[in-house]
Amino acid sequence: MLLKEAGLVREMAGLDEGTPLFAQIAERLAEEIADGGLAEGERVPSMNELAAFYRINPATAAKGINLLADDGLLEKRRGIGMFVASGARRRLLAQRRERFAAQYVEPLITEAARLGIDTDELVTLVRESSQAIPVPAPGGVTV
Amino acid sequence: MTPPISVTGLTRRYRDHLALDQVSLEVEAGSIVGLLGRNGAGKTTLLRILAGQEFPSAGSVLVHGEPPVENEAVLRRMVFVREDQIYPDVRVRHVLRAASWFYPHWSAELADALLADFDLPPNRAVKKLSRGMRSALGIVIGLAARAEVTMFDEPYAGLDAVARQIFYDRLLADYAEHPRTILLSTHLIDEAAGLLERVVVIDRGRIVLTADADDLRGVATAVSGPVLAVDEFTAGHAVWGRRRLAGQASVVVVGPLDQADQLRASSLHLDLAPLSLQQLVVQAAGQPADTLERTSA
Repeated sequence: MLLKEAGLVREMAGLDEGTPLFAQIAERLAEEIADGGLAEGERVPSMNELAAFYRINPATAAKGINLLADDGLLEKRRGIGMFVASGARRRLLAQRRERFAAQYVEPLITEAARLGIDTDELVTLVRESSQAIPVPAPGGVTV
Repeated sequence: MTPPISVTGLTRRYRDHLALDQVSLEVEAGSIVGLLGRNGAGKTTLLRILAGQEFPSAGSVLVHGEPPVENEAVLRRMVFVREDQIYPDVRVRHVLRAASWFYPHWSAELADALLADFDLPPNRAVKKLSRGMRSALGIVIGLAARAEVTMFDEPYAGLDAVARQIFYDRLLADYAEHPRTILLSTHLIDEAAGLLERVVVIDRGRIVLTADADDLRGVATAVSGPVLAVDEFTAGHAVWGRRRLAGQASVVVVGPLDQADQLRASSLHLDLAPLSLQQLVVQAAGQPADTLERTSA
């Protein structure tokens, strides 16, 4: 069996098989904006830079960028490229808060119910765990 | 605008063998298209006919709006790199010089850079090159020609994983700066999957699937776990290839799964694994032609 290098690199870059690549590129950029790695007003990598880095088709990379631009998270400056729009980080963090219950809390409750852990017990567990795990400083924008 | 490649009702018959059966295909300008399928599926025949090296038995083949056979104006705008290309008995640099005369957009600069990338000695006689080096020479010509239609037919016999990665990277980089229409026939599908904008799957002389490569991601998922749970989960879904071992089963579910499906799978203790493009092509080759198009629509 031959080495699947390209696949390996894409895996190392964290891209998976099950989701369209353009959506993953958009998600990556959104993550970086939300985490502050890409600051508002900063230039985002171009379609060709993303294509070379992730080893994907430039049209796919462009589709990912455009998804965020259509959402108003990126803005085009003619002849220079795409930049993070002002307010983008705040909006992304708000979206994440909205998704938090569905993404984290509901599966937690489902699994807890399966194991016979009731709500009180769950709350206690959460409280104990949050004391044991050092919580990183809040990425904090108050929304 | 005239599409660079337009094929209608193309059939190629060899005595009692039907190599291509009513193939119709249109390729847009400026895209990388993967031509996928098993050995003997008809990929090479299609490319040879596009390159004017073989005649159709029936149907029409237009490249830049004209039949390619013995049409120099069209042939100068296309490059075709074959698996195990045969070269005259000369040195590497002579082959490159001849190519530079033929192709109007030839880049000597790119050719030199690629020679260095692949460690190809320009003064070596072509017949003294290893198989992998001969493949690399084909790749150098295919890329440096910068032809509007660039066709690679399994171009990497004898090339190791590192050299193939160089090929993919240089192809992407040069394509980004000089967009063109690239047809890449390959059986190393997962390696090349990310490069492709469109895929065309050929099976037994027929096109069984054409789709945007990205649309095929997540379109089929392998579901495995206890037989009863698998049956419960897959009821009402289109499925392929059910396999069983003792109490365990594995089934491919066709069609995207939503978050509710994911939660249901996890509560049933089922394992979900999206099919890679390669696995998908393997499955598609055995299915009626319209199964995937229906589900990805």
